[in-house]
Parts: sequence; structure tokens; C-alpha cells
Amino acid sequence: MKTNKERTQLGTGLAFLSPWLIGFCLFTLLPVGLSFYYSLCDYSLLQKPYYTGLSNYRELGTDPVFWKALTNTGYYALLSLPASMMISLGIALLLNADIKGQAFYRTIIFLPSLVPTVASAMLWLWLFNARLGLINILLSKIGIPGPPWLASETWALPALALMSVWGVGQTVVIYLAGLQDVPRELIEAAELDGASAWQRLRHVTLPTISPVIFFNLIMAIIGTMQVFAVPYIMTSGGPARATYFFTMYLYDNAFNYLRMGYASAMAWVQLLLIMALTGIAFWSSRRWVYYQGK
Amino acid sequence: MPISSPDDTDIQNLATESAAIAFSARENGAFTNNPKTRKKTLAARRKGNERFMVHVALLLISAGFLLPFIWMLSTSLKSLDQTMAFPPQFIPKPILPGNYWQALTSPQMDFPLFTRNTLIVALGAVLGTVVSSSIVAYGFAKVDFKGRGVLFALMLATMMIPFPVMMVSLFSIFRWMTDNTPIQWMGTLKPLWVPAWFGSAFNIFLLRQFFLTIPEELSESARLDGCSEWMIFVRIIVPLARPALAVVSLFTFMSVWNDFLGPLVYLQYPQQYTLALGLQSFQSQQGGTEWNILMAASILVLSPIVLLFFLAQRTFIQGIATTGLK
Repeated sequence: MKTNKERTQLGTGLAFLSPWLIGFCLFTLLPVGLSFYYSLCDYSLLQKPYYTGLSNYRELGTDPVFWKALTNTGYYALLSLPASMMISLGIALLLNADIKGQAFYRTIIFLPSLVPTVASAMLWLWLFNARLGLINILLSKIGIPGPPWLASETWALPALALMSVWGVGQTVVIYLAGLQDVPRELIEAAELDGASAWQRLRHVTLPTISPVIFFNLIMAIIGTMQVFAVPYIMTSGGPARATYFFTMYLYDNAFNYLRMGYASAMAWVQLLLIMALTGIAFWSSRRWVYYQGK
Repeated sequence: MPISSPDDTDIQNLATESAAIAFSARENGAFTNNPKTRKKTLAARRKGNERFMVHVALLLISAGFLLPFIWMLSTSLKSLDQTMAFPPQFIPKPILPGNYWQALTSPQMDFPLFTRNTLIVALGAVLGTVVSSSIVAYGFAKVDFKGRGVLFALMLATMMIPFPVMMVSLFSIFRWMTDNTPIQWMGTLKPLWVPAWFGSAFNIFLLRQFFLTIPEELSESARLDGCSEWMIFVRIIVPLARPALAVVSLFTFMSVWNDFLGPLVYLQYPQQYTLALGLQSFQSQQGGTEWNILMAASILVLSPIVLLFFLAQRTFIQGIATTGLK
């Protein structure tokens, strides 16, 4: 039994939510459902989808290109994720020190993260240029012969990971906001008790900002698993598929080979992988994330 | 203030203040250094040394972050011969600002048209996101109804769905609609901005968090006064939420300017290209040989965003800092 008031409240609430409710059905639920159906079909876009059961998924299991794209993505995540997480936290800690010119440094470090992906891809194509690029010029100045970076099977992927570090500005700002919420009294109390700088960091600062670290970790996992634009523009996946990532193979299947069903199966594998990884992160967070006042 | 006759402007002033305090409390605490006068004790001297090291480290890091920009700017002003010169020079000789004009009028990249396309998408998406997301956020923040929590959790969950999962089926849906219904989206810019009118989970979340900081007493007194929820939303909440709406507009504008995969999937003809797509096709057409023109074009593409940042720096930093909240 509902009271009248509850009923009107429900009506009002749903009315306010209606744009999202409609959008959710049309642009999320329907496509996600269709995508699952397509993943069970042979679908070339030109003809009607033809139900084939799990054959797409079975084919993925034995598709060497799929495994190459998957391992590349994992390798990239292993290089870029910890590096970006640690470097951005390190920079935020430096910025958080009680110093003059904080705003100035912060602006400079933030700027690169504003650069549109395509523009930064152009810039780094030029910086990584084997002969004329700034990076190899600087390396040669200190006597190191630089590799041909994007043209090298070994170096192309690490080069992209290196480039991703340039864009950590947003993460730095999020960390900084978290760091400035760390109660001063806590740090000072630890200092009075004779805790060293490392101990204060390890036992006061890091636990306090652990929710922020957790947030950044989740965002980074979701982002890295989907990396597409930068390698698509800079290397087209080459050389010899050394930088061919998961989403690129998905895109090629869908829009170049017109294998929409196969691409949808890949998309579902990607969704499950992301869910599994964030699930693991959530599960582990019980051990290292502390929420204040809870 | 008598509850029976609430003076609109009074209420708004009060609320503006409290909301502004709530929103900027973080910022004030966050970005001011409090210089304290300290005696030159041994500990203070050690702190001074530490500070010096921090400055050195930050200067080095900043230099590293800035160097690519400087190199980009320098290349964009060089002659083609000079980009190939060895050893390379940081200061171009002669300085050729004409490179920018050449990039703007290049026959391979229709800058004015691509800018127009990008602005159409941006305008549609920004307006749509702000209007729809704030309405939905109000429902989540201020209307108490059964099932709200479940729906909110559902909405948060949708943020985890990667775009590739939807891009294939959305493409086939848009194609099907174009072939079978009067909704002709293929071959237009609409797939890129119409969905924004149905709210975006991230922005709804951001706005809801902000609406929650607006004191409930304000809505309550208006409600007692006979105001409908819609009136409360339009006349009290929206004016108070201007800083948060600015953040949402800014983020949406940037994401449109930045978006590459969306236009790549949905746009079929070069006349529809946005700047991001245009710049990429420019590079692939000329095969990355005219680095000076390419760098000039890239700077032209990134400069509006950087300009916007310097005009609205506070909004930016606040917005991003707020993003990290639970």
C-alpha cells in the first residue's frame, strides 16, 4: 500500500529522471543487449545477423591476432599504469610541500593533459622521429644512440607508455586535492612523536588519501584497457603489430572487415575483463583503502 | 526571515553564499600556502634545505613537461629546410609565422569547415548535457522517492561500460534508423551530439554531488510556499549551481574537442570531419613530411583549449579536484 504522497513523489522523481531513463534504454540498454546478441551471430552489416551460437567466442580463443592484441594491451597497461600512478603521486607530493610558486608548477604540469589527443599524437610523432626527433637529439648529446622508437618492434610500445606519462596532469590535480584534505594535526602529531618523513608518508598521508588512489586506479584501468586513438594515429598498430591494441583490432573487425558479430564478441570480452579487473581492485581495496568517518 | 513570505532574492543570496562556501572550502584550503614566520632554528634550516630540493625537483619536472611544447612551437615557425637541419636549432631562423596561415588555408585540411563542424557538435553536446544532466541530477539529489538508490547505482554502473561495447551496435542502430525511419542520422553530425540530450552519467553524478551541498531548508521553505519541484529547480537550484554547470560545460566542450573515436566511427564524409579527425587525415595525407606545417596545425587545434583553460583556470582545477571525490 502506498500513500498518496509517496505516489506523487515517485511520479515527480521519475519525471526528473526521464531524460536519463529514456537515454539509458535507447543508448545503453538497447545497444548493450544488441551487442550481446550480435556477439552470438555472424553479422556483416550488409546482411541480417545469422545466429551461430558461441562460435565467435570459440574463434577468438584460437585467433593469434586477438591474443597479440590482448597481450599488447596488457603489456602497455603494465608499463604505463604503475608508472603514471607513481609519477603523478610523486609530483603531487612535491607540489604539496609548503613552497612558493605551487600554482605555477601546477599549471605547467597540468597543461599537457589539456592537449587534444590528436594534437599530442602529432607532437610525439615528431619528438620520437628517429633522426630529427628531439628525444634522440638529446640522447645523442649525452652519448646514447637513441633507438628508432616508433619504427622499432621493441621500442614502439614503451614509447607510447612513456608518452602517456606526459599526460598525468589531471591525476596530479586529483591527488593534490586529496593531499590537501589530509588533516594537518595528524601530520604534526606524527612529527612530534618523532616519525620520519618516510614514516609520515607511509603511515599517515598514504592511508588518508587511499580512497583517491583507489579512484585514480579504477579510472586508469578503464582507460588503459581501451587505449585506441594514440596508437591508431601514431603507428596504426605497427611495426609488425607491436602496438596493435585490443580496441584497434575490435575497430578493424567492425568497420574494416565488416565482422560486426566478431567485433561484438571482442567488446564483451573487453567488458568482462574490465569488470574482472575493477572487481579485483575493489576486493583488494578492503585491505588498503581507508575511509574516514566510516 | 519569515517563512510565509520568502523574499526570492534573499533566499538566493543566502544560498549563493552557503553554496559558494561549500564549493570553495576545498579550494581555499587546497590552494593557499600559509606562510608562517619561523625562527631560524636548526630544524627550520633543514626545512629550508628540503624546500630547495623540492624546488629543484619541480623545476626539472616542469622543464620536462614544457620542453615538448617549446619544441612544437619552435618547429611550427621554422622553414621546411630548417626542420631537417642538423644539428637542430631551438630558435628558428628565419621565423616564419606564415606557416600558420599556410596550415589554415591548406587545401588538404579545410580548417574553417572542420572548426564549424566541431563547434556545432560542441554547442549541441554542451547545451544538451547541461540541460538534461542538471534535470536528472535534481531528481537524484532533491526528490526523495522509492527506488532512487537502485537507479543511482545503476547509473554509476553504466559509467564502467566501455564505449567499444556500444559503438558497433549503435552504429547499426543509427544505420537501421536512417534506412527505415524518418530519423536520418547517418551522414549528419547528429550521432555525436543528440545522445547528449539524454544526460551523461558522469555529469549527472558531478551535479548531484553539488546539489547535495545546497541546504535542504531552501527547497523546504519554497515547498511550504507552494512552489512546485520544477520551480524550485529552475528558480533556486539552477542559479545556485552556476559554478558546477560551468564545470560540466567546460568538461563537455573539451571532450567533444578531443573526441577521436566517435567521429571516426560515425562520420562518413570528409565534409563532416571535426578538427580532431581533420588533423589526423591531414597528417596521413601528407605522410608526415612537412613537420613545420603539421606542428602549426596542431597548435591551432590545441590553442582554443589552452586559451579556455587560462580564462577559466579556477573552474578547471576545482572541477577536476571535485571529480576525485567519492
